[in-house]
Amino acid sequence: MSSNEIPLIGDYSTPDTALSGARIGVVSFPGTLDDRDAARAVRLAGAEPVALWHADDSLGDVDAVVIPGGFSYGDYLRAGAIARFAPMMSRIVDAANSDARLPVLGICNGFQILTEAHLLPGSMIKNDHLKFICRDQVLRVENNSTTWTNQYGIGQEITVVLKNQDGQYVADEKTLDALEAEGQVALRYVGWNPNGSRRDIAGITNAAGNVVGLMPHPEHAVEAGYGPTTDAGTHTGTDGLGFFASVLSTLVGGTK
Amino acid sequence: MPRIVVDVMPKPEILDPQGKAIVGALPRLGFDAFSGVRQGKRFELTVDGEVTEEILAQARTAAETLLSNPVIEDVVNVEVVAEA
Repeated sequence: MSSNEIPLIGDYSTPDTALSGARIGVVSFPGTLDDRDAARAVRLAGAEPVALWHADDSLGDVDAVVIPGGFSYGDYLRAGAIARFAPMMSRIVDAANSDARLPVLGICNGFQILTEAHLLPGSMIKNDHLKFICRDQVLRVENNSTTWTNQYGIGQEITVVLKNQDGQYVADEKTLDALEAEGQVALRYVGWNPNGSRRDIAGITNAAGNVVGLMPHPEHAVEAGYGPTTDAGTHTGTDGLGFFASVLSTLVGGTK
Repeated sequence: MPRIVVDVMPKPEILDPQGKAIVGALPRLGFDAFSGVRQGKRFELTVDGEVTEEILAQARTAAETLLSNPVIEDVVNVEVVAEA
């Protein structure tokens, strides 16, 4: 994606060329909504966003992949159920499980797709209150050793946007116990559980730490003027940038 | 043309928010005999021609892989329904 395709919003002084040389793919399915926002977050973090199309059968030379939010295939059948069988998803599953451990971040519908693809355990069902919800949500970072959360402090509380109808994370008790024991709960809701998710789980990681999924949207909290409202002022929140900075840190071999 | 009916239900241990909303609405309409509702899905797969064992096996596999998510749902019924 060339920079002139990115909508003119906010501070447009982002460098044209990526600072890090890292290339991060952003997958679009029919019904994906947040691919442009995810691509912009990637660029703001200093990497080159690469548009990936669901029907294509190659990842090209991307170093990591973001599966963004939206309503792939209208959420028909179940959220993420049809998208999971796209050719691109087969490549992503193979690469994520390979020795190279391709970093994969699933946001909202992307998280649902990752659970349907069995890259992450559990599943999402309708919110316990049955309503679509959109709010600024406080999360606590429970695991900061994953590829996507290593720039946060352990226990750090961050605020990003949450918006979904099928956001209630469920898994059987045995799976939940295993997730807790292995530190695979990456993020938890703080203050109020907005959807009935088991054990306030907002996001999880696979055992290797390269695949992370979460329902809230870090890509909507990367740019002052457009993020959540914080003590510093209206829409000033950029807490979501850490996810993208984390994968870059991993890719370029940086340390905390 | 014959159809294969596939019924999918949320697992018993999974809270069914939709069923819960329905069971709350029933008594408001005077239907007071029902203490619980669980909402599932019924799929009708139309087959051009005879339903062979192979086609039925295909339907069962489709039911387990695409039509249901084994983490939250059970396939409770796969049956052939002749044309009415």
